[in-house]
Amino acid sequence: MKKFVALILALVLAIAVFGCAAPAVDQPENTTPVENTNTPADTAAPADTTEPTGDNKAPYRVAMVTDTGGINDQSFNALAWAGLQRAEQELGCEVKYFESKTDADYAPNLETAVDEGYDLILCIGFMMADTLSEVAANYPDKSFAIIDNGSVGPNVTGVNFATEQCSYLVGVAAATMTQTNNVGFVIGMVSPLMNTFGYGYYAGVRDTNPDCQIQCYNANNFGDVAGGKSATLNMYTNGADIVYHAAGGTGLGVIEAAKEQGKLAIGVDQDQSYLAPEAVLTSAVKRVDNGVFELCKAGVEGTLTAGDVNYDITTGAVDIAETDTLMSDECKAAVAAAKEKILSGEIKVPATAEEFDALYGADFYTLDD
Amino acid sequence: MDQVLKTLGILLNATLMYTPPLLFAALGSCCSEKSGVINIGIEGMMTVGAFTGAAVGYFSGDPWLAFICAGLAGALFAFIHGFACITCKADQTISGTAINFLASGISIYVCRLLFAGNTETHPVPNKLPRILNSFFEWCSANLSWGKAFEKNGFLDNVFNTYASAYIAFLLVIVIWFIFYKTRFGLRLRAVGEHPQAADTLGVNVTLVRYICVTLSGLLAGLGGASITLATVSAFRPSIVIGQGFIAIAAVIFGKFKPQGAMLGCILFGFCNGLKVVVGSSGSIPVNIISMIPYVVTIIALILFVGKAHVPAANGKPYIKSK
Repeated sequence: MKKFVALILALVLAIAVFGCAAPAVDQPENTTPVENTNTPADTAAPADTTEPTGDNKAPYRVAMVTDTGGINDQSFNALAWAGLQRAEQELGCEVKYFESKTDADYAPNLETAVDEGYDLILCIGFMMADTLSEVAANYPDKSFAIIDNGSVGPNVTGVNFATEQCSYLVGVAAATMTQTNNVGFVIGMVSPLMNTFGYGYYAGVRDTNPDCQIQCYNANNFGDVAGGKSATLNMYTNGADIVYHAAGGTGLGVIEAAKEQGKLAIGVDQDQSYLAPEAVLTSAVKRVDNGVFELCKAGVEGTLTAGDVNYDITTGAVDIAETDTLMSDECKAAVAAAKEKILSGEIKVPATAEEFDALYGADFYTLDD
Repeated sequence: MDQVLKTLGILLNATLMYTPPLLFAALGSCCSEKSGVINIGIEGMMTVGAFTGAAVGYFSGDPWLAFICAGLAGALFAFIHGFACITCKADQTISGTAINFLASGISIYVCRLLFAGNTETHPVPNKLPRILNSFFEWCSANLSWGKAFEKNGFLDNVFNTYASAYIAFLLVIVIWFIFYKTRFGLRLRAVGEHPQAADTLGVNVTLVRYICVTLSGLLAGLGGASITLATVSAFRPSIVIGQGFIAIAAVIFGKFKPQGAMLGCILFGFCNGLKVVVGSSGSIPVNIISMIPYVVTIIALILFVGKAHVPAANGKPYIKSK
């Protein structure tokens, strides 16, 4: 009898456990791609707006596959989807997303998108690069694109963002706002892609305020909040008063340190002011939505080519955050002037070690050694 | 001299930032293992605690309520682990692994429900207090030698830390006292060494194990919350990553004793602090610096720590009739 009861209880528990787990944890019945079609008819009818695709032409169809962050991550995936929705409304594209719950969903999601015959299939995030290179090789007549990665095949467009430009602008902001002539930079990991943040920031600081010192810390980790916090405390103790981070979760610690010390931090990727309105001076934002929209536009116009494309400040794909409540008027003016110079081409922000070293010498930015 | 003291202050400050979450979790692991139940699920219980702490802290604005709720959430998951391992006599490692997946999955799921699909909570309005903060402020303002207490001075960096750190170190003494100076502690250890003998003498093995496992989840939950309510003030899924397993390693390092586990946690926290201080100087390649905590742990294990005495009945379900 006891055993029977135990068995029943165990079954109930098992059901409860798996029942609860299903939405969050990957379960077999949940691995099928989550689909969501927004045909133009659902929302804004393209006929109401300007119709660039012509009357009889089939709409340009774009699908995106999210990485494991999911469609509502309030970051890259959500932004990319916002960009697609804009393309749907303004360009009359037909758009759809496939949500990946785990790394293992990338390939099936890509295959499904291929089977459904989309004109362009977007992969959000460099984590999908390996899977994409295999899938793209199997379907050489299809077009793919990947965000934040170089091209991985003759039919793949690698979409990169000129993050050195937004970093340059926050560097200008830091150099004008610092009262100690000493600022800091925390990087999550050193790689050619991540270093673009550093090159831009260092260049922005040096061009604006040549006397300003820069302290740097490589956390070598995107999730070490305590490390980010103590490294930032260390910088403040050594005289810095503004610290810029390009370090994902580690940056949470950077902003926390600024909050506790009454100093300033600069956020990255999105406007991080909501984390600490009194301590986040500004943020270097990457407008993935604008980048994705540009990509769709190129697709609709037939100018999309394989290989690498680099979206920069001229398309609004990178920018400085809108929140500027903590900036002085002088700072706002300096940032606006710098932005103007980048837009006009008067300033060319270095994005590689060679470009940077040619302008500022090899000893200035030491993280890339 | 001033610079050396400053750097030392930063180093100890970082140590005290890394150590408390590990210490809570290690004490929890200690309780569970001592009573003979392996708890691999510490990591998941920490994640649940970290999330619950941040979420309750955000909605209620009361850090202490959030801290307690985080402990209870950890305890709930530990109770599930206990039910599977003690009552259903399931494989403890498998159950613990399942708890790890389940707990982090549920945390993210609930987070998305509460925060509009976001896997990151909003920052809590009030963090756990620095209990000595007003004392330090008073000293630096009013005493003639108050400079020693100034903000970001050595003493301030080392001793003016969050309440959770003090609680963690106090709990080491409390747990040590329970283990070695109380009747319950004796029974607890007996259950972990030889449950048959304890049962023969009238100790309720099942009850003792349930209490210990639930307690382990409670402590792990507090550990998670000390990250989201003291170190930083928001939850994101990557925030605990690996610390639960490091806590388990610290327990083995400390030979399943609370005071030993504490040393293990401090060593690991100190090495991480060293990583920050040395890394900021930029003189040594970062990949070598990142290895410091692990290399030091291995060296310490080889050179200074002898064979650990594992509780004899650890990992074995107790079946009365056998």
